[in-house]
Amino acid sequence: MTTVTEAPPPLAPTPQKKPPRRRGRLTPYWLLLPGILWLLLFFALPMVYQASTSVQTGSLEEGYKVTWHFATYWDAISEYWPQFLRSVLYAGTATALCLLLGYPLAYLIAFRAGRWRNLILILVIAPFFTSFLIRTLAWKTILADGGPVVGALNSLHLLDVTSWLGLTAGDRVLATPLAVVCGLTYNFLPFMILPLYTSLERIDGRLHEAANDLYAKPFTTFRKVTFPLSMPGVVSGTLLTFIPASGDYVNADLLGSTDTRMVGNVIQGQFLRVLDYPTAAALSFILMAAILIIVTLYIRKSGTEDLV
Amino acid sequence: MSLVRWLKRHLVVIAGLLTLGYLLLPNVVVTVFSFNNPKGRFNYEWQQFSTEAWTDPCGVADLCGSLALSLQIAVWATLGATVLGTLIAFALVRYRFRARGAVNSLIFLPMAMPEVVMAASLLTLFLNMGAQLGFWTVLIAHIMFCLSFVVTAVKARVMSMDPKLEEAARDLYAGPLQTFVRVTLPIAAPGIVAGALLAFALSFDDFIITNFNAGATVTFPMFVWGSAQRGTPVQINVIGTGMFIVAVLIVLAGMVISGRRNRQKA
Amino acid sequence: MTNDNSGDVRLSGMSKTYGSFTAVHPLDLTVPQGSFFALLGASGCGKTTTLRMIAGLEEPTSGNVSLGDQDVTNLPPYKRPVNTVFQSYALFPHLDIFENVAFGLRRRGIKSVKKQVGEMLDLVQLGEQARKKPHQLSGGQQQRVAVARALINHPKVLLLDEPLGALDLKLRRQMQLELKRIQTEVGITFIHVTHDQEEAMTMADTVAVMNAGRVEQLGSPADLYENPQTTFVANFLGTSNLIEAEVDTKSGDEIVLRAGGGKLSLPAARCSAPTTTGGKVLVGVRPEKISLTHAEDAGGIPEDRNRITGKIADSSFIGVSTQYVIDSPVCPEFEVYAQNIDRDARLVPGAEVVLHWSPAHTFGLDATQDIDAGVETVGEEASA
Repeated sequence: MTTVTEAPPPLAPTPQKKPPRRRGRLTPYWLLLPGILWLLLFFALPMVYQASTSVQTGSLEEGYKVTWHFATYWDAISEYWPQFLRSVLYAGTATALCLLLGYPLAYLIAFRAGRWRNLILILVIAPFFTSFLIRTLAWKTILADGGPVVGALNSLHLLDVTSWLGLTAGDRVLATPLAVVCGLTYNFLPFMILPLYTSLERIDGRLHEAANDLYAKPFTTFRKVTFPLSMPGVVSGTLLTFIPASGDYVNADLLGSTDTRMVGNVIQGQFLRVLDYPTAAALSFILMAAILIIVTLYIRKSGTEDLV
Repeated sequence: MSLVRWLKRHLVVIAGLLTLGYLLLPNVVVTVFSFNNPKGRFNYEWQQFSTEAWTDPCGVADLCGSLALSLQIAVWATLGATVLGTLIAFALVRYRFRARGAVNSLIFLPMAMPEVVMAASLLTLFLNMGAQLGFWTVLIAHIMFCLSFVVTAVKARVMSMDPKLEEAARDLYAGPLQTFVRVTLPIAAPGIVAGALLAFALSFDDFIITNFNAGATVTFPMFVWGSAQRGTPVQINVIGTGMFIVAVLIVLAGMVISGRRNRQKA
Repeated sequence: MTNDNSGDVRLSGMSKTYGSFTAVHPLDLTVPQGSFFALLGASGCGKTTTLRMIAGLEEPTSGNVSLGDQDVTNLPPYKRPVNTVFQSYALFPHLDIFENVAFGLRRRGIKSVKKQVGEMLDLVQLGEQARKKPHQLSGGQQQRVAVARALINHPKVLLLDEPLGALDLKLRRQMQLELKRIQTEVGITFIHVTHDQEEAMTMADTVAVMNAGRVEQLGSPADLYENPQTTFVANFLGTSNLIEAEVDTKSGDEIVLRAGGGKLSLPAARCSAPTTTGGKVLVGVRPEKISLTHAEDAGGIPEDRNRITGKIADSSFIGVSTQYVIDSPVCPEFEVYAQNIDRDARLVPGAEVVLHWSPAHTFGLDATQDIDAGVETVGEEASA
């Protein structure tokens, strides 16, 4: 898996390291042309269309016209802010859980698995090939009312705690926020584990020995050496988890209820069922802007470019 | 050693294995329920053991057709994205040119965008152009979102490659084309293969973008989505389990082969 | 040096096996407080494993490690008053130089580290670089940071694992002197692992030559060089000419040996092998101890010198000396290094010559050993 944080380029290319000029100056442009054209036509241009759709008014029958009707944005936010909030909360919780659950496994694969390393890696990746929809449906069975998981949680009185927190309702897990967060966590866990593993695996084992030698106990070694050095993996893992989770509507749809609808569900519904294109486009645009702002701030804040 | 000390020492291993269990639990359920003989339309509750679905995996209307369509789209999307992405990766690593920053951002953005946003905006484009939704719109979308992942995978590999190797090839009388075919391409191959595999997996399993842009075309994930509303046949569990096993076998075979090749070299 | 023995390192019966492979055979060794001790050997001889067991990074299969009067065998590395300068340094890439050096102090809960770190950085002449990251420094500077990072903790023993391996030759020479200076200044025990015999001899007071998991010989550099006890030491430290000979007569402290047609004399004290009349012994002599005389002038050689005749096979001029390879009946490739004081123009390949040296420079070794043990092959030299 690739890491997202690699992608933002060094904006100023180092001047002294010029690669040799080959076959004229146009070669790079010819190489770029087809792929970039594709992205411009089918990624960038759609964004423009979406932006314009969001300020259109009209109806399906009479057609839409650009009327610079920015009120759509205001209406969308005031009507669907709970869904936005839920998206951020659910995706944020799922991301935190992924980090919490994924880190030990990534650490295990990188440092403790020995000859089992490849097998465990395969087991992390292989579920991708069973369609994620089928696997999400399997959670319906696992979390079924009166099933073993719910039974166990109930007998430990954990459901009382989660009910009190508003995560579950009664003695059900299915169709509650807990089920949605559980599904989101499950679905995006590999996207956390793989970048974490990649950056952990790069750490020179002698740095652990050096820390140990310099009076750091095992946990201090982790806190002062291993974890800081795995920050690139933490950053790209959290992004790779948070971004798709915030736009997801499959888990909320299959495992949740109308009370757990996320912004993805609204966009999907407006676009494919209600056919209210301007509202859907505005919602999508807000989501995009929010994600871009969060990502930019996060990358700045975590200062990954400072790490080696 | 006392139990507490043992637990302390292996805490991370225990936690890691629990996570692995969490990751694999749904697959176990999918496999077990592929042998179920459900009463109603939904395959969520265990009734009794049956191998019926395994003997007739295509026994449900449109299921295998959708699977074939998904595979077909995945192959073409992989091919398209790998070719376009590899070209971009080479341009980015091997040449300095203006607008590098812009190109890099354009590659990065699709990966930093929730799928639903890309799906929705692409749909507005297709609607505005009056395009017929179907196979072609799905393929176009898949190539688009796989492209960035291929670029990143290939770029990482080409960047770690020593440019002196190419200079050495040219020193040893290889022309530009020969240098590329005989030296650059073989060394970049693992990155290209990794990018292609990733593209295949992403395309084959994609639902959200397909959901918006497929029109009446039904890919395998679309079929599963539909059946989640109407009734889940046991056969989708059979297909899911089969894909899992095939994937593991292919990877294991690849590892055995490359392991043997390495041993021969040593 | 004080009588304090808290910096003594004592290994008793310490060994390490990995499955069926024995990396270190049971080893007894005492490194006295304040000494500069070198473990010398080719790669894979067990020297690094020995060092890691002292550091606590590796658990001995058997035996004990003590520091002074304290048995530290079961202490984890972070509880041992021992620090290591790692091969290629293992500096923390995410911390700057200051924080790298302060790492050990902070872990032991020392709050005000500024003054100490500053002084330590001045000691290694890196005061200006405190806020740089390790990758911004040159190899030599990184090496000094690694030393500073370990020394600031005032360990009882400093372990150095091939600390100069990554540096180029000139810098290596410079750092050898630098490390020696620091050791004299701080006066703590240094244990230095290296495969470079010149480095070991330049820096250490005591050198232990290791081979195949065992210490072959231990002593001061001059002692090891002049009186090797095994063929491995004879060949690994510098170059030795080894001749197979037979014991002819023994009288008092002199042994007379037969080799080819001639006779060689060997002081009994310089023979580490059992000698019975008629038994075999390996006779050794260092190339620089040998004088070379043209056969025509053989009459002028004093009677009491050991002598061998031969023909010059090859000669190479290297400035301060000329190195000759002599083809002689007792040894096909006899090496002789002659100082370029008065060069005899007749000494060219093909010339008949007499090699002669003082019996006091002769040493005797057990003939049951591999005569080529410890000879550096081309491959090893390339990696060295």
